[in-house]
Amino acid sequence: MSTNHNSSDESGVSRRGFLKGIGVGTVSTGVLSDASLHEAKAAEPGVKGPGNIPLVLKVNGKNKQLSAEPRATLLDALRNRLDITGPKKVCDRGTCGACTVLVDGNPMYACSMLAVEAQGREITTVEGLGTPDKMNEVQKAFVERDAQQCGFCTPGFVTACSAFVRDNPNASIDEVRNGLGGNLCRCGTYAGMVLAASDAAKKGGA
Amino acid sequence: MADVAWPKEGDRSVLGSRIPRQDGPAKVTGAAKYSYDVNRPDMLWGKLVTSPKARAELVAVDTSVAAAIPGVKAVWVDEEMIGDELRYVGQVIACVAAETEEAAIEGAEKVKLQLKALEHQVVDDDASLSTGRPSNKEQGNLDEGFAGSDVVVEGEYGIAVITHCCLEPHGQVTEVNQEGELHVWPSTQNVSRYANQFGDEIEIPQNKIHVDTQYMGGGFGSKFNVDKWGVIGAKLSQETGRPVKIMLDRREELMIAGNRPSGFAKVKVGLQQNGLINAVDAEVWGSGGRGAFRAPPVPYVFTKVPNTRLVGKGIRTNRGGARAWRAPNHPQGCLLTMSAVDDAAAALGMDSLEFFMKNAALTDRPEVYREELQIAANIIGYRQKAHLRGDSGSGPVKRGLGISMHTWGGRGHPSECDVTINSDGSVEAKMGSQDLGTGTRTCIAMVVAETLGLPYEAITVHIGRNSYPQSGASGGSTTIGGISVSARRAATDALNDLLKTVAGRLGTTDDKLEASAGRIHQVEKPGGGVSWREACSMLGPNSITKRGINDPGESQKEGLISAGVGGVQIADVSVDVETGIVTMNEMVAVQDCGLIVNMKLAESQVYGALIMGITYALYEESIYDSKTGIMLNPDMEFYRLAGIKDVGQLRVHMMTGQGYDDRGIIGIGEPPAISPGAAISNAVANACGVRVPNLPLTPERVIAALQKGGDIA
Repeated sequence: MSTNHNSSDESGVSRRGFLKGIGVGTVSTGVLSDASLHEAKAAEPGVKGPGNIPLVLKVNGKNKQLSAEPRATLLDALRNRLDITGPKKVCDRGTCGACTVLVDGNPMYACSMLAVEAQGREITTVEGLGTPDKMNEVQKAFVERDAQQCGFCTPGFVTACSAFVRDNPNASIDEVRNGLGGNLCRCGTYAGMVLAASDAAKKGGA
Repeated sequence: MADVAWPKEGDRSVLGSRIPRQDGPAKVTGAAKYSYDVNRPDMLWGKLVTSPKARAELVAVDTSVAAAIPGVKAVWVDEEMIGDELRYVGQVIACVAAETEEAAIEGAEKVKLQLKALEHQVVDDDASLSTGRPSNKEQGNLDEGFAGSDVVVEGEYGIAVITHCCLEPHGQVTEVNQEGELHVWPSTQNVSRYANQFGDEIEIPQNKIHVDTQYMGGGFGSKFNVDKWGVIGAKLSQETGRPVKIMLDRREELMIAGNRPSGFAKVKVGLQQNGLINAVDAEVWGSGGRGAFRAPPVPYVFTKVPNTRLVGKGIRTNRGGARAWRAPNHPQGCLLTMSAVDDAAAALGMDSLEFFMKNAALTDRPEVYREELQIAANIIGYRQKAHLRGDSGSGPVKRGLGISMHTWGGRGHPSECDVTINSDGSVEAKMGSQDLGTGTRTCIAMVVAETLGLPYEAITVHIGRNSYPQSGASGGSTTIGGISVSARRAATDALNDLLKTVAGRLGTTDDKLEASAGRIHQVEKPGGGVSWREACSMLGPNSITKRGINDPGESQKEGLISAGVGGVQIADVSVDVETGIVTMNEMVAVQDCGLIVNMKLAESQVYGALIMGITYALYEESIYDSKTGIMLNPDMEFYRLAGIKDVGQLRVHMMTGQGYDDRGIIGIGEPPAISPGAAISNAVANACGVRVPNLPLTPERVIAALQKGGDIA
């Protein structure tokens, strides 16, 4: 390991070079009115990118304006542009489910969908399902059954589970095991999750 | 006066209860901000540039194309590596910092590495590749031991390299403020001893390094260090004057952020006719990558086998280095030992439960193991289901049971805690510890609440910052003992100060007062005296802050903490002998860990360990290609973790009461993660009549073992 490499000149980027860029933010967020939403849509060009393009995403009931490259995934748009960090980045290729969000009510892997595709659709993240003071039935059951340890997979599981129990009230244990098969946990909290999902299903879902 | 000794059974109001974790609501709603979730204003994204070769000379690094990419703000190169040898795929060489994650990734891809390939070695399971002098440990007389044995059985066994696969990868956000102070939000299990690891790498004194880890997404022993990416982040923040986030991507996380060494062995076991183990001769080899190899203990648990020899041979590979993984070396030692002795029992025609029961005599805690074996057998219905090796049923699906036993230390680490009682009655505890998901926050609150006679919700706990009193790293099941004692001592001292104040006002002496159920009252007269709030108001404008310190040796002498646990697991599996697929039906864990602070959280630890264990028993393996030297499965499709459908019915029984509670607190994170591999392997052997020698027990390995047939069946 080097002990003396803080000079950027050695690495080919001059100090002036990067200082120039400071303060030029690429992130701009805010709540949009429906009128400006229509404007954004009207301005939609046929070919997008490769640079940043304006986007509008409706997340947890609010229209949010952001600027991102067309290659940005929905997950990266949420986490990196909108600071909505409930959905987690783990496998980044549609295997683990930690990034699960609801798109028009259906659970989707946000890492496997482009942000541009998600425009005009209702996106619900774990933050939209409840708050620490007002949790939904699934969230309450996850706490009560201790269906979490490190908690990094938890938002994805809670989101997937909320959709599952909504669609499968009174689901059996076997149905729960099938229904939550699209998410993975590393700490090993499945025992609590099965019970939590069953409890929530009995209460008629989320 | 309050005493620091733990309250006896019946006198506990909070300890041992099933309280849900305090930070549960934050975690289930996305409100919990993990290190990966920290977004700072004007933050840059750092993307590492790593070696694509298992072994090569780094001739030159050209950053010109990368630096010209829009959004790229800085490129850091470890120039001391130029001309040096790269030793594994994923070795960190440079880092690109950019305005967006996308630009950083693109920049990193455009850094040109000029390499001169060198011959590599990534094979870890071939003893002939070992280098250095083998280790050798002997006890008794091996020749006499085998000569005096009635049955001698030899076998080969193994357990593959696995990685930690933390869901939150390693990494951090760094920020240097205008005063030149460094703020770091790392994903670490070592908050108090993180800052000092920067050493001379950055020119910022330790008292100007602020560490903050409120939530971290899994460590399992792999997140004790600042690591090279931590140093690079700090340097890039210094250089650019901007916050920098560097988190490993999944491929890097699986290759370079730690692994658990493999363990392979030829084991020869000699038994007496009565089933007692008389001799064990083991030659063990394996690899943890580039570093040294320490032979796992064989025989494991059965430390009183009279005649033993353990030869250890290390293999160095061009793969990322090993890091501690829940109970280092124990899962390997356990699998190699328990498989071999269970094969010997089968050769003798002896029932496994009877065999383990008998050989409990050769362990350090025979009574604990016998009791736990009995309970585990009852829970799983062993006597109704058990059969000798080989299910004689006619169908293709064979069912079997397998047993294993384990041990671990788990004595509390050094820890300091400040407890403050304010005049409005509010109470806070501060400690430079961290909550890995084990429930550290909740347990601190519970211990303080128990001590002060308050509900646990009344306690505000602050952890995760190095500005708080220092507490040990969370590893080796040392946290619960450490944090509980320092919190207990601080709370006890603070309460005794309060009792003095209250005694003066009430015209009595502090030795006649105690706290319970939210009141300060005469000893054994609960309900009388004054309310907690009223008592605290007597402090006037002052508050009380006391520092509690856990000196492990001292606390062990006082009976507050202890070390050394047993633990028994029994697995019930089905093996489809046509497809080779192993299915978990049921698994039972019976575990002791002294005095339990929170039963719900302790059970969660054991359930988690069982599931992690099922995962490494059946699925997990870090696979490298010997020709190219690259990892073939650095992703989560092919580096498989068990899903919710894969684990079967799990049952956990915690030992409590006399003989357990009176040992004081002992850690729980490691022990239950040790036995699953061995218990499941033994269950598969019991089901299909043949030992599948190597974990994970994939369909290919099961079919291969069945085709080869068993000498033992």
